[in-house]
Amino acid sequence: MPVDLFTVQDVIAADADAWREGDRWLGGGTHLFAQPQPQVRRLRDLTTLAWPPLRVSPDPGEPGLDVAATCTVAELSRYAPPPCWPSLGPLIRDCCDAFLASFKVWNVATVGGNLCAALPAGPMISLVTAAAGSCLIRDLAGRQRRVPATGLVRDVGVTVLRPDEYLHTIRLPARVLGGRFALRRASLHPLGRSAALVVGHRDPDTGAVTLWVTAATRRPVGVALPGPPRPGELAELLDARIPAADWYDDVHGLPAWRRRMTLRLAEQVRAELARVTAP
Amino acid sequence: MSVRVNGQPCAVAPTGGQCLRGYLREQGWFGVKKGCDTGDCGACTVHVDGVPVHSCLYPAVRAVGREVTTIEGVAAVPGGAETQRRFLDAQGFQCGFCTAGFIMTAVALDEAQRADLPAALKGNLCRCTGYRSIADALHGVRTTEDAAPGEAVGRNLPAPAGPDIVTGAARFTADVSVPGLAHVRLVRSPLPHARIVDVDASAALAVPGVLAVLTHRDAPAALFSTAQHENADDDPADTRVLDDVVRHVGQRVAAVVAETEAAAEQGCALVRVDYRPLPAVTDPERAMRAGAPAIHGDKGARSRIARPAGNVAAELHGECGDVAAGFAAADVVYEETFRTQRVQHAHLETHCAIVSFDPDGRIVVRSSTQTPFLTRRALARIFDLPAERIRVVAGRVGGGFGGKQEMLVEDVALLAALRTGRPVKLEFTRAEQFTAATTRHPFTVRVRVGGRRDGTLTALRLRVVSDTGAYGNHGPGVLFHGCAESVAVYRCPATRIDAFAVYTNTVPAGAFRGYGLGQVSFAVESAVDELARRLGVAPEEFRARNVVRDGDDLVTPAGHAADLAIRSYGLDQCLDVVRAAAARPGTGPDAPAGWLVGEGSALAMIATGPPGGHHGQARLSLTPAGGYQLDVGTAEFGNGSTTVHRQIAADVLETTVDRIRVRQSDTALVGHDTGAFASTATTVAGTAVLRAATALRALLLDLAAGARPGADPAGLRLGPDAVHGGGAPLPLADLHRLAAARGTPPTATGHADGAERSVAFNVHWFRIAVDPETGEITVLRSVHAADAGTVLNPMQCRAQVEGGVAQALGATLAEHVRLDAGGRVTTTGFRDYHLPTFADVPRTEVHFARTADPVGPAGAKSMSESPFNPVAAAMANALRDATGVRFTDLPFTRDRVWHRLSGADGRHVPP
Repeated sequence: MPVDLFTVQDVIAADADAWREGDRWLGGGTHLFAQPQPQVRRLRDLTTLAWPPLRVSPDPGEPGLDVAATCTVAELSRYAPPPCWPSLGPLIRDCCDAFLASFKVWNVATVGGNLCAALPAGPMISLVTAAAGSCLIRDLAGRQRRVPATGLVRDVGVTVLRPDEYLHTIRLPARVLGGRFALRRASLHPLGRSAALVVGHRDPDTGAVTLWVTAATRRPVGVALPGPPRPGELAELLDARIPAADWYDDVHGLPAWRRRMTLRLAEQVRAELARVTAP
Repeated sequence: MSVRVNGQPCAVAPTGGQCLRGYLREQGWFGVKKGCDTGDCGACTVHVDGVPVHSCLYPAVRAVGREVTTIEGVAAVPGGAETQRRFLDAQGFQCGFCTAGFIMTAVALDEAQRADLPAALKGNLCRCTGYRSIADALHGVRTTEDAAPGEAVGRNLPAPAGPDIVTGAARFTADVSVPGLAHVRLVRSPLPHARIVDVDASAALAVPGVLAVLTHRDAPAALFSTAQHENADDDPADTRVLDDVVRHVGQRVAAVVAETEAAAEQGCALVRVDYRPLPAVTDPERAMRAGAPAIHGDKGARSRIARPAGNVAAELHGECGDVAAGFAAADVVYEETFRTQRVQHAHLETHCAIVSFDPDGRIVVRSSTQTPFLTRRALARIFDLPAERIRVVAGRVGGGFGGKQEMLVEDVALLAALRTGRPVKLEFTRAEQFTAATTRHPFTVRVRVGGRRDGTLTALRLRVVSDTGAYGNHGPGVLFHGCAESVAVYRCPATRIDAFAVYTNTVPAGAFRGYGLGQVSFAVESAVDELARRLGVAPEEFRARNVVRDGDDLVTPAGHAADLAIRSYGLDQCLDVVRAAAARPGTGPDAPAGWLVGEGSALAMIATGPPGGHHGQARLSLTPAGGYQLDVGTAEFGNGSTTVHRQIAADVLETTVDRIRVRQSDTALVGHDTGAFASTATTVAGTAVLRAATALRALLLDLAAGARPGADPAGLRLGPDAVHGGGAPLPLADLHRLAAARGTPPTATGHADGAERSVAFNVHWFRIAVDPETGEITVLRSVHAADAGTVLNPMQCRAQVEGGVAQALGATLAEHVRLDAGGRVTTTGFRDYHLPTFADVPRTEVHFARTADPVGPAGAKSMSESPFNPVAAAMANALRDATGVRFTDLPFTRDRVWHRLSGADGRHVPP
C-alpha cells in the first residue's frame, strides 16, 4: 500500500533513544501517513508520553488553558470551558468545523500535529494564534523554550522547531480567553477547505481588538488596535499590512479573491465584535 | 498482544510504518477499501475500540491490543445490521466501492450528526450516486420493490450484488489473495519530453527482494493504443508498453518487480535514468504552429495519426448548407470562445491488474476494466500470443466513467509476469490516477452562430480544438462524437465544423462519460442561449423551435451516419417538463437577500451506441436444479446493467430474478463482447440477453413438447418452476434431466451487433442564486428530464441520472486537474481536487419522457453518459440570466465567478 511508510522500520516511545538521522515525531499520524515519507526511518511516538489533553493551568503566575500537543481534535471539540471563558466554546467549535477532514480524522489527529504541519489552512493555527497561545517546545535533553503561537509558523510547512524538538503544550492565557471571539471563513466549496479564515478578539476591559488572518496568507498575519475599530478600519489596516504578493496562491482560491474575502470577513468580524457587550 | 479484528486475533503483528488499512487488507479483510491514500474519501473507515477512524491514516502498530471492527463484522455492532439493510432498501450505492465506508460511518453517527448529514459525511466520497440514495438509506427510505414472475421490467428491483456489497463480501479487483504474488511499481518521467539515453538498474537490482527492472529494452516493439474499441484501428497506434521516448511528465519509464511493494518502491527510487531532454509543447494551439516539436514525428502512416508532423492526431472539416449565406441572412450573429478544463474520472477504485498463471499455463489477467475481451485482444497482439492463452476477467469494478475503456496497467503487468514467471500485481495510487492515467479531453470551441428575429437559426460555425495530451487514445473518437449529436440536434440550414485533436506533452486524455459531447454542448448550448437572448427570444422557446423533430434526418458536416436515426422521440416532452418547471414559481428555497437569481437550461442528444458496431453476447442455461445461469460478456461497474439483464431475462422466461444467477466480464464465459462503453450495457448487451432468453424459452418449450407428445405445443407455457399445460406441471429440473438424456444442452446464446442506433435526449434546468460579493452559486432548484425510452428500472435509471448530474456539477463548479508550465500535474489528491461531497450536491428532480424505442430491448434507450452533458451549459445559462455575464470558461468556482463579476479580470462586464 502506497501510504504505508515503507522506509519506517520502527515506532518507538518518544523518549526511548537518542535522536538520530531519519527520526520523525509521531502525533496522531494523520498528516504523516497521508503522503510518502521516503526520508523517515523511525517514528518517535509522542502519545506514549501520556500528557493530559486539556487542563486548566496550575501555574498561578500565568493562568489559562493548557492544551497538550497530543490532545486530539475530537477531545478538544468536546471540551466544555468554564463560564468565565464564554466565547471559547464557540471558537473551538468553529475552528474544528473549519477542518476539511471528517470527524473520524478528528478522533486521531492532534492539535500539535496540525500546528506543526504549518499549512495555511490549519485551523488549530487559527485557534491558538487568535487566543494568543504560548507554545512550550522541548527536546530530548530536557531543554525547553516558549514561543508565542503567533510566531510558531514561519512559512508554508515550516515552523520554528528544530527537527529534534517537539511541541509539548500550548497555553491559552486566561486574560485572553475572558474576551470575545468572532470567526468568519471563506472556502471555494460548502464545507470545503479554508481559503480565508479571520478570527477577531475583543478585550473585555480595554475594548482592544486584535484580528488574525490565516488560510489566505502563507503564515498568520495579525493587526491590533487599542480600542474599538471604526467600520472598515480593520480591513484597511490588513490591506496595508499584507503586500499583494503575500496572498496565498494555490488551488483553493485566487489570491485576489482571497484578499477580497479576507477584507470582507474582517469587516464582518469587526461588526460582530462591536455588537457584543463585554461579559 | 495482537490486533483483534471482528473478534478474531490476528496471527501476524503489524510492522513499523504500516498503516492500518494496509495491515487489515494484508490479513484478508478486503472489505476495507483503498480509495484515496490521504484520509479524504473514507472508503477505509473502520472502528478501533468502537471509534470510527480512517484506517489509511492510522498507524497499524497503535491497533495492537485493540479491537478493530470492519464491514465484515459490523452486523454485530448495535445498529449495524439495520444500517446494512437500509442501504439495500434504498440501494444507497452503485459500484459499491465506497459503501463499506459509508456504512461504517453511518453506524457511528449520533443523533446530532444525523441531523446534519452534510457535515457528518464530509469525509465520505461517492463518485456514482450523487448522494440522494445514500441520504435515503440514512433516513430509512425504501425504494426497492419485488416483482411477480414475468413482471420484472419496469419495476424497481435491487442490484443482485447488493448483499455482497453491504457486507464487504464483494470482491473488487485487488480483493484476492494470490500465493507468491510479486508487486510492480513504476518509475515515471520527471520531464515532459525526452529521449531515454540509458537506464542503470544495478542499484535497484541490489535491493533485497527486487526481482527485475524492466525498461524499453525488455518491451515489445509493437505500437498500439491504450484505448479500446471494437475496431482497433479507431485510435492511433502511438504507444509502447515501455518506450525509449517519454512524452509527458509521469509517463512510465521502467517497471520494478519485487517480492514486496516496499522493495519495489525502494527499487524505483534507485533506478538511474539518463534523459536527453527534447523541446516540449503543452498548449495545443502552439503545438499546431510551424516549428513546434513533433511529439510523434517519428511515426508514419501505419500509426493512423492524421498529421504527425503537425501534432494533429485527428481532424474533421466539413460543411453542410451554405454557411456564408446563413450568416448573411442572420439578424444577429454571436461569436465567442468556450473552454472546458481537464477533469479526472475519480472512480474510487484505482486502476489495478493482477496477472497470474492457471494450472494449464493460461495467463489470467484480473483487471478493473470495462472491456475484458478487447483488452485480451490487445494483449495478444502486443505480446504476439494466441488469444486462447489469455483469459481476462474483471472482479467487481469500482467505477469507470470511461476511464477503464483503456488499458493502462494490464500490459506492463503482463510483461512483468512473463519476465519473472511470477504472479504480479500493479495497483495505481490515487496520485498516479491524476498524473499518469487519463483525463477528460479539454476542449476549446470557437462558436459563431446566427439567427433571425423570427426565432430561427441560420448558420452555425465551430472551430474545435481538443487536447489529447501525449497520446491519441480516444482522441479521434471523442473529437468526432463531440462534433456530432451536439450539432445534429438542431435543424440548422448551414453548419461548418473545423476540428482538431492535438498532441501536447501533457498527461493523456481519454474516454470520459459523454465522450466529447459535454464539452462541445457546453459551447453550442451556451451560444444558442446567448443568441436567443440577443434576438429577444426566450432561450427555451428558441431551442424548442430549432431542435430536430421526429422523422428528421440527423445530419452533420461530417455527413449522415446510415445506422443512426431518430427511432423514438421524446425531446418535445423533455422540453415541456422544463418549461412547466420554470413556470411553477415558489418551489425551492428563496434566494438570500442581495443575491442575484437566474434560470437556465440546456439540452443534449446522444446516440444509443457507438458507430461501426458494438457486439454483445450472452449465454443463458437452465441449471440442473431448475434455475438459470446467465453469462454476459459485458462489464458492470455500478451502472446497474446486471440488474436490468436479469429483469429482461426473467420476463421472457416467466420467472423471478432471484432464480437467475449472473456471471459476467470474463473472456472464458462467451465468445466475444465489445464491453461496457458508449452507453450500450442496456441497449446492446441487453438485446443479447433478450435474444438468449427468447431462444432458451423456445428451446425449453420445444423440449417440453417432446416430453408431452399429446399436448398442443401452443398451449405450453413456462412458469418459474415448471412448464404448464398438457397435463401435470413438468418441473424445470426434470426438463433439465430430459435435455441431458437427449444430449441437447438446455443452453442458448444471444448476440447483438449494435448495427442500428437510435438517440436519447436529456434536458436540464437550474434556478440558481449568485452572491456577487463572493462568487458563491447556490442551486435553488434542479430539474432534469430524460428520454430513456421505456425505463426498465425507474429507481436505477433515476439514480444514473442523479449520479451523472452530480458528476457534471463537479466538473461545472469545482473539479480542475491543473498543470504547471512544464506540464506537470499539480493536483494529485482529493485535497487539491475537490470532488462533490454530500454538502455540494443539490437534489435534482428527475422526469422521464414516455417513449418506446424499436431498437433497444423492451423499448429502452441509453441513459448512463448523457445526463452529464447538458448540466454545465444549463448552469452557464442560469448564471448569465442571473448576472448578465456570459461565463465561457469552466469551472465556475467562486473565485473565478467573483473575479469576472467584479471586473477584476479586466473583461467588460455589462451593467
